[in-house]
Amino acid sequence: MTAPEHKQANFFTNDGKRTSLFRLIRNRFLTGLCIGLSLLTLVPLFSIVFLVVKNGLPLLGMNLFTELPPAPGLEGGGFGNAILGTVVMVGLALVAAVPLGILAAIYVNEYAPDSLLAKGVRFVAKLLTGIPSIICGVFAFAAVVMTTHRFSSIAGGVALAILILPTILLTAEQALLAVPRAFREASLGLGATHYQTICRIVLPEALPAIMTGVMLAVARAAGETAPVLFTALFSQNWIRSLMEPTASLSVMIYNFASLPYAYHIKLAWAASFVLVALVTITNVISQVIFRPKQP
Amino acid sequence: MACWIASCLTVLLLALILGEILAKAWPAIRAFGFGFVTGVQWSPNRGVFGVLPVLIGTVLSSLLAMMLALPLGIAIALFLSEDFLPAPVRHGVRFVVELLAAIPSVVYGLWGIFIVIPLVQQYGAVISKKLGFLPFFAGPVYGNSLLTASLVLALMILPTITAISRNSLVSVPYALREGSYALGATRWETILAVILPTAAPGIVASAILAFGRAMGETMAVAMLIGNSQRLSWSLLSPSNTLSALLANQFAEADGIQVSALMYAAALLVILTLGVNVAGEFFLRHTQKATLGLR
Repeated sequence: MTAPEHKQANFFTNDGKRTSLFRLIRNRFLTGLCIGLSLLTLVPLFSIVFLVVKNGLPLLGMNLFTELPPAPGLEGGGFGNAILGTVVMVGLALVAAVPLGILAAIYVNEYAPDSLLAKGVRFVAKLLTGIPSIICGVFAFAAVVMTTHRFSSIAGGVALAILILPTILLTAEQALLAVPRAFREASLGLGATHYQTICRIVLPEALPAIMTGVMLAVARAAGETAPVLFTALFSQNWIRSLMEPTASLSVMIYNFASLPYAYHIKLAWAASFVLVALVTITNVISQVIFRPKQP
Repeated sequence: MACWIASCLTVLLLALILGEILAKAWPAIRAFGFGFVTGVQWSPNRGVFGVLPVLIGTVLSSLLAMMLALPLGIAIALFLSEDFLPAPVRHGVRFVVELLAAIPSVVYGLWGIFIVIPLVQQYGAVISKKLGFLPFFAGPVYGNSLLTASLVLALMILPTITAISRNSLVSVPYALREGSYALGATRWETILAVILPTAAPGIVASAILAFGRAMGETMAVAMLIGNSQRLSWSLLSPSNTLSALLANQFAEADGIQVSALMYAAALLVILTLGVNVAGEFFLRHTQKATLGLR
């Protein structure tokens, strides 16, 4: 019981062995070490960004967005089909997850914040954020691919919807929480109903922050590979229907990265450039919108 | 009303996911039972499925990644919560670390193939020559190895550790810091004897949650770990993780193999959910404890 206290006391008392010079040097050394280690982590990030820009930027041109990938070993072409596929699947995911997430957030924050159901929703949303993204793919495989007996962009969209639902729900809840209580009271005091208050006062006020959450979800979904890898699979051609295998940027990077053809690897880097640019831009915008509201 | 339905759907979703995976895994659970977890062979052609090497690979790669990332993460968290350098620099570093979390997994994989694999090949040979008598560093050396995957994983979980550790460092009451300074302690004596011990539970929670994230990380690992189901203790030889196994085999699987993969997916869900719940519990417990100090 007394032993740790004794040790703690020794730490501070200058018992002769610890000269002030020793303390000063140790202080400086640890500060330097801490700053050094922090800056060290910037090295890999700069390496990633540098390589993505160096290998991806030279290829960037209109043909990347309008043409199909070349046959193995050939050069030229782009990944228009993969971009279109990603846009379609992320769009499908948004159509499903945005209304669901926002409505659930409204329920949790506006209608019954302390109910058992609200607590359940928060708990489940938290758990869903912790579920590996590949599990979304496994679920979509079990629920959609095994039922329809084909890989499809619908299955990919379902997997992505589950992936982004918790993000949208939790950011929407934060956004609603940030609307001052006085706004609601003023509206209700003027005779508006609960429903009118939510639609005319609370939602418009929270909209920029909710939109930011949606944008972060879009950036995340566009870059995720695991959920679409074995639900939408991949395709060399343009998407013609929602019920057939569909190309996506992220799966294209994965497939092309291990090919022995230089031009395909360049295409993978160019696709990485598009994705990294997308997440960087959305992150910067979300910083601008969320920063001033932070205490 | 619509809101109520949406909430119910959200809650049901988790049950639906678990139910669907378990239902599809049922044939394999009935056929292999617990032997699935302890089996060391995975050969779909012969209908033999055991995931022990994959389980070991999952835990080992995530543990190694966590051990690599923890010191760095704590250093950055301290850097962000102390005022060593002016605020704009700290904001910059914070933004960069957050960006690290946003870069897609598959881009890490691509980067790993061209940067980390050659590095591991080069230095792995040296390490293996010097320390090859240890089973962890025994040759032959492969670029696609457990170590490569762990290095990249460490980078990917760094933002998790940094964000949560920073929060718990910032929430250490200022009075404790002032008390320590008043007793004549230097900044680092204060950090080591007062601030870090007070924030320790939060830092432990960050490590647990990061471990959970590392176990579920798929694409970068699938591209770098070499996908070998052979049991090996060497960090320099290929291995596999549950998520990488799913990523590699699902598209071409049929029959009982699909069911076996569902079984593996169920194991992955149980592992990650367990670790995450433990981490959240730890985190909540700490927040209450620090609030009590105030």
